[in-house]
Amino acid sequence: MPSALQAPLGFATRYAGLFRVQMRMAMLAAMQYRVDFIVRGLIAFLWSALTLIPLLVVFGVRQQVAGWSFAEALVVVAWFMLLRAVLEGAVSPSLTAVVEHVRKGTLDFVLLKPADAQFLVSTAKFEPWRVVDIGGALILFGYAFGMMHRLPSIAQVVTGLVFLALAVLILYSIWILVVSAAFWVVKVDNLSYLFGSLFDVGRWPIDVLRGVWGGTLRLVFTFVFPVALMTTYPALALLGRLDAKTAALALGGGILFAVIARRVWRRALAMYTSASS
Amino acid sequence: MNAADDAVPPLPGAAVEIARVVRAFPTLLRIGVAEVVAYRAEFLVWILTTNMPLVMLALWHAVAADGPVGRFDQTQFTAYYLGVLAVRLATSNWMAWQMSMEIRDGTLSTKLLRPIHPLFGYAADHLSAIPMRVLVVSPIVVALFVTSWSRLLRHDAHLTLILIASLVGAWLLVFFSMVLLGSIAFFVDSAMGPFELWIGVHAIFSGYLIPLEILGRVRVLADVLPFRFMLAFPVETLVGLLSPGDALRQLAAQWLYVILTGWLSLRVWRAGVRRYSAFGG
Repeated sequence: MPSALQAPLGFATRYAGLFRVQMRMAMLAAMQYRVDFIVRGLIAFLWSALTLIPLLVVFGVRQQVAGWSFAEALVVVAWFMLLRAVLEGAVSPSLTAVVEHVRKGTLDFVLLKPADAQFLVSTAKFEPWRVVDIGGALILFGYAFGMMHRLPSIAQVVTGLVFLALAVLILYSIWILVVSAAFWVVKVDNLSYLFGSLFDVGRWPIDVLRGVWGGTLRLVFTFVFPVALMTTYPALALLGRLDAKTAALALGGGILFAVIARRVWRRALAMYTSASS
Repeated sequence: MNAADDAVPPLPGAAVEIARVVRAFPTLLRIGVAEVVAYRAEFLVWILTTNMPLVMLALWHAVAADGPVGRFDQTQFTAYYLGVLAVRLATSNWMAWQMSMEIRDGTLSTKLLRPIHPLFGYAADHLSAIPMRVLVVSPIVVALFVTSWSRLLRHDAHLTLILIASLVGAWLLVFFSMVLLGSIAFFVDSAMGPFELWIGVHAIFSGYLIPLEILGRVRVLADVLPFRFMLAFPVETLVGLLSPGDALRQLAAQWLYVILTGWLSLRVWRAGVRRYSAFGG
């Protein structure tokens, strides 16, 4: 094998191995507290049910809201649930730990390890009970398409999956940006709550905001804090209502987000002054 | 556990205790204000977290564009959600989060050593945030006056008095529920799970997301649970959805819940502190 290829390949296998180890440790840690595990699973389930109540009430009084039928809005909620499972199961637990590391100065131990720090901190913790949410989301998808008496085509499913990957990327990037803020202002534990509350907007099709301030709010949630890219656009893709140009633009925007986040993280890390100074 | 463990530790006499609290309170409040000012970024983030009513307002505006929903037309929705925002910002409290942290990392020990009950300390923390909160709430109240002056309190003096009492009641009810939730951290590793569940249930049954009137079938439950007295009741009084008679009845129910929750939370807290000391630190 030519050495030019060997380096990146070795790099990839090394990180895949690392990922497996990190994952196993996280699982063991989570399974250790069995009662907590079951309780958390139940709570995740209840939360999912609660997510549906506002939707049921709104569509209880109207057939259509802002051009969305109940079944179509359910697809948005399903995406929302899926992403929330990813966010709260895989993204935010690890990254909340970083904030703690920065405040206490224990990030030193992570930085000393011979691997990429962003990779290590991002894969440190998982909350496996969030799988409940993924199950709930899949049931919702099924129910919604059952109501519409049709199935999405293969192409639509593929676009949907691409958008899922994109949404996870954006979600993760924003989180990295939030965590990077910890290097400057230190006391940002509660930023995760702000993030969560803004992310909550994603349970509604973005079109419900079109009347607010001449659509400004809609622009904010599409470009600045792109919740629309995470839930409404994937839903549109799955429903076959998304045109190619918008899809391409959304993809470009998402990748740009990730690049910016990586750069800011490097910058922030350079600011870190460890526990002793 | 023997009988001695169950006995309440000898108190220095209620009068002495109260005198001490009264003397210390101004200082505690001053410290609290200084803390809020010092951590203003954190404070602001908490405030910004309360954005859901605005999203719901936008949503209901879109829904009510073609006709009212029950008693609610577009202007009524505006009044309601501005009221929710104002009352929520004035009375909300995230103490369970703070307590859970302090119990876990042992910071609570220093508070227990002080010659004043830690709960008074927590209360002072949150009372002292009120000046800053008023600052944040005032533009919302102005917006409420401008958009819905004709509805506010039905221009009735009795309702005004009930509103004030209901706001105090709401503050206390939220405070005691937070003590109750935070005290869970004494018994399990982290109170965050129950806290998150509480946020979810509260959002639905307090009228934070949806006016309880249009909640449909779940409404029966909302009427008996304590959550409505933390938010929906003061808001409904404020925007003129309740008649003075109804409001008075609900005020009685609210204060019943305040007393009940207060008693329960203090019991759980006391049991928790006893356990906490058993760790030795």
